[in-house]
Amino acid sequence: MSDPKPFVDIRHAQKSYGDLEVLKDIDLSVQRGQIVAIIGPSGSGKSTLLRAINDLDPLTGGEVWLEDVQVNKKLPHRQYEKHINQVRQQIGMVFQHFNLFPHLTVRENITMAPKMLKGLSDEAANKLAEEQLEKVGMIDRIEYYPSRLSGGQKQRVAIARALAMNPKVMLFDEATSALDPELVEEVNLVMKKLAEEHMTMIIVTHEMGFAQSVCDRVLFMDQGVVVEEGPPDVIFRNPQNERTRGFLRKHLEGANGH
Amino acid sequence: MGLDFTVIPKYLDVVLLGALWTIAITVASALLSFFGGIFFAVIALYAPRIVRLPFRAFEWLFMGTPLLLQLFLIYFGLVQIGIDLPAFVAGVIGLGLHFAVYNSELIQSSILAVDKGQMEAARTLGLSRGQALRKVVIPQAVRDVIPPIGNNMIALLKDSALVSVIGVSELTLSAQLAIGRTYRPFEFYVLAALVYYIINLGMEAVLRRIEARVQAAR
Repeated sequence: MSDPKPFVDIRHAQKSYGDLEVLKDIDLSVQRGQIVAIIGPSGSGKSTLLRAINDLDPLTGGEVWLEDVQVNKKLPHRQYEKHINQVRQQIGMVFQHFNLFPHLTVRENITMAPKMLKGLSDEAANKLAEEQLEKVGMIDRIEYYPSRLSGGQKQRVAIARALAMNPKVMLFDEATSALDPELVEEVNLVMKKLAEEHMTMIIVTHEMGFAQSVCDRVLFMDQGVVVEEGPPDVIFRNPQNERTRGFLRKHLEGANGH
Repeated sequence: MGLDFTVIPKYLDVVLLGALWTIAITVASALLSFFGGIFFAVIALYAPRIVRLPFRAFEWLFMGTPLLLQLFLIYFGLVQIGIDLPAFVAGVIGLGLHFAVYNSELIQSSILAVDKGQMEAARTLGLSRGQALRKVVIPQAVRDVIPPIGNNMIALLKDSALVSVIGVSELTLSAQLAIGRTYRPFEFYVLAALVYYIINLGMEAVLRRIEARVQAAR
């Protein structure tokens, strides 16, 4: 926490659907290179918070900042669209269900956005795709269509697709929750590799072991508030809040049950 | 009087020329109905109200009235307001727009059926809504809807016989021409039916190839 100026900064985030308040005045600051895990029961608002960072789920109140740009600033519709498209290029996101484009090959999945949005030539885009696929260990599947890949392979391609835009921060929305247990590790390894490269990452996860081994900081959310946050050692070994203890007890019992 | 198929060879070139016109009008109308169908679907789903409401009326005109009447209106009616179209062009516009409206219905439901995660993933990369539709959503929607559109195209081939009434000498009109000279309706209608059937087989083969290519990307 030496760097005083946050890289991603969420201030007083508030979100309601009608009467239902899913985020209640949440603050979250992430420094450059930091890796933050958000844990909590389903319906706690953790995905909503993550999706507010690139404005997929716009907040009803509060601000989101990426460096010195406000992501959700008030602008007339057309200007806002231009602004947000620009901002989103700098924020990589990985989804639970991969969301690869099924009508495109692995290569095309990765090259499409850089070619369209950054004007990369075919050669430059292909080189970029090959580099990123090398990194996630999927280079030998470059001409495959997504339907022929396993879940873990799809997710690694989805990570490569996000990385190809050279994002400042990566958001992971339960990236391994939809995977068969034996495929989780290959995705975790890629995420660990990114961590070693000091990629700034915000990770919504159900995997306590992974959060504990990789993250610098853990937030426990419940019912739209951050109940407790701190270094993983403290949160997992010595949680102060009763709700955190209850959640972890259930989760660890579940994990040991296997 | 009996049947006498020996009259056919003398008029075979007339009928085959008619077949070529049928193929030409079907292909041109099919292309118009395909791309028009995509265009109409996007209007129906995403255009602002002020565009959508007149479009609804246009759609009703093409779905709720006989194709024959539409052809008359385009060929004979538009002349009165200074639009004098050649019969072939009028026929292509009539058939093409008529089937474009039907294709549009199919494509609309297919667009809505594309997983929402696709649009989200594209937007997350920084694509605008329009770019995401064009590059991600619509290609998938169209891919899923190729088989039913193929059925519409077979119907289009058969309905192309209607343009004979505005004087396009396609297969049906050519057969009638030969009948006028020979007084042999049975022979030439059977011949025309056979030629339609052969064109149909050719079209199905083309559609199967397109489907196979599209299926490869699944």
